[in-house]
Amino acid sequence: MLGEGIIKGLAETGRNFLGSYFEPDRLVTVQYPEERLPAPEAARTFPFLVYDGDDWQKGLRCVACQICEKECPPQCIYIVKDITKKPDYIGKLQFQPKVFDIDLSVCMSCQICVEVCPFDAIKMDVEFELSTTDRFGRLLLHKAELAKPNEYYHKIHPAEAAEVDARLAAEKAKALAKTQADAAGKSVSPKPALKPPAPASG
Amino acid sequence: MAEKLDQIFVQAKHELVRWLLCHVPGAWAEVLSALLSIATLLVAFAALFALTTLLERKGLGRIQNRYGPNRVGPFGLLQPVADGIKALTKEDVVPRAADQVVHFIAPLVLVVPVFLALAVLPVGRNMVVVDLDAGLLFFFAVGAATELSVFMAGWSSRNKYSLLGAMRAIAQMISYEVPLILSAVTVVMMAGSLSTVRIVEVQAGFSGWLPHWHVLTPWGLAGFLLFLIAAAAEANRCPFDLPEGESEIIAGYYIEYSGFKFALFFLGEYIGLFAVSGLAITLFLGGWTAPLPFLQWVPSYVWFFLKLLSLIAFFIWVRGTLPRLRMDQLMSFAWKFMLPLSLINLLAAGLWRFLPEGLTRWAFCSLLLAAAYIGLGRSLVQRRNLGRRTYRFAE
Repeated sequence: MLGEGIIKGLAETGRNFLGSYFEPDRLVTVQYPEERLPAPEAARTFPFLVYDGDDWQKGLRCVACQICEKECPPQCIYIVKDITKKPDYIGKLQFQPKVFDIDLSVCMSCQICVEVCPFDAIKMDVEFELSTTDRFGRLLLHKAELAKPNEYYHKIHPAEAAEVDARLAAEKAKALAKTQADAAGKSVSPKPALKPPAPASG
Repeated sequence: MAEKLDQIFVQAKHELVRWLLCHVPGAWAEVLSALLSIATLLVAFAALFALTTLLERKGLGRIQNRYGPNRVGPFGLLQPVADGIKALTKEDVVPRAADQVVHFIAPLVLVVPVFLALAVLPVGRNMVVVDLDAGLLFFFAVGAATELSVFMAGWSSRNKYSLLGAMRAIAQMISYEVPLILSAVTVVMMAGSLSTVRIVEVQAGFSGWLPHWHVLTPWGLAGFLLFLIAAAAEANRCPFDLPEGESEIIAGYYIEYSGFKFALFFLGEYIGLFAVSGLAITLFLGGWTAPLPFLQWVPSYVWFFLKLLSLIAFFIWVRGTLPRLRMDQLMSFAWKFMLPLSLINLLAAGLWRFLPEGLTRWAFCSLLLAAAYIGLGRSLVQRRNLGRRTYRFAE
């Protein structure tokens, strides 16, 4: 009969209306500034620079090789190499970036810089509340704002950071063994030094 | 005490007029009285408009299991204020190709008549701006002016969507004006008067527990439902919101309106809904009369606004439930279902008037209307086996 469907529909919406007051599960809205959903492990927004230890200027893993700058599809990274070499995390003398800028208004969060970085120096952040009233100044991040400690990286991407740390520790041990072997003379063959992953350190 | 509370606004107005007359010539008494009534009415219905926009958004949100606006003020109560400020401060863009004068006048032509229509609604005992002998006629005559404004807006904007929306609106409004008025005519037949005040008085009594409301008779119930459906179509409410049709023609005839003019259209639309709901209350739901004898101590205007709010809530509920009709469905519903049923309802009302009181009258009228409803409904929803569509010219 005509109108049957309308009555059924009205009953359904009426049930929804009343149900939303008595069954909190129905309301799926997360009231954002007060409530937040935890970010998934794979969440990523914009890149940041990882440093080891306490001093961000000394501990910066970046060696200003400029691969990321060249690979960046929208060309949002700007790097100026330093003139003097400083020891990196292995103890090897390396260049450091004098200037390292990322323009967030240009960056497209593709993660290519992270993938090409041979030093695990640049990683993706999860910070997304970056709105500002100054669209030119505040969206161009400099080295000081980009540098974040390794502990922060562990906090936002625990599994990934642990894997990176293990790899870096292994590399460091290998390099150490190699230098020791070199120092001891060419007669002793270098042992494959595969130590358990050491805690994050400079 | 109850009597005093009921007439408190009437008394206040009288006192105010008397006080004002100490300062102005006595010939102004009527003008002053009318102005005071109008001011109160404007404020009350504008406030109701603000409240309704909030309730609508909240209600629709809850129907869709959302919260609705809850950020501005406690429970989002100040949301209408924020909306108002936004509408007032927005840039008023007028298309270069538009007919500037008509484009400017159209929202006013909508708002003025819908407020005029409120003048004949008795919102309480002795609370009506003007008690015209032909109040109902005045209401419908003034209500017809909204069609003009819609077409003015659609035509002057010089936009294809506006024009489509306006043409849909005209087709819809004229089609539904017929059942709207025909279903109201039954009440005039029974009450023997076109005066809205008189129509309410006719429904004021009680027999036992039951009030003498027209909706509690077979012809009244049918008339009320027909009136409500036609009213939804007249006010461009869902499911008859084809003239606006956000998903097809964006906003229909007011696509080229922005800022305050858009707000005026919005206001006009809602006040139109209130006016036509108020008329439904006056005609079928007993106006300002109480639903039960022992509730008569509650002031009359409280009843009117309670009934109005429940009708608005019903319209919001329907909006949250039904999808928009198609144009051909809209037309066939008006002409093949609403019109015949309202004509049969006229017959039922006539029979009710002349048959002797008792169960036979009830049974006869109910059966007649039920048979008509089922028969017409069946013909409306019948599936015609149209077969595959063939295109003669397009291929």
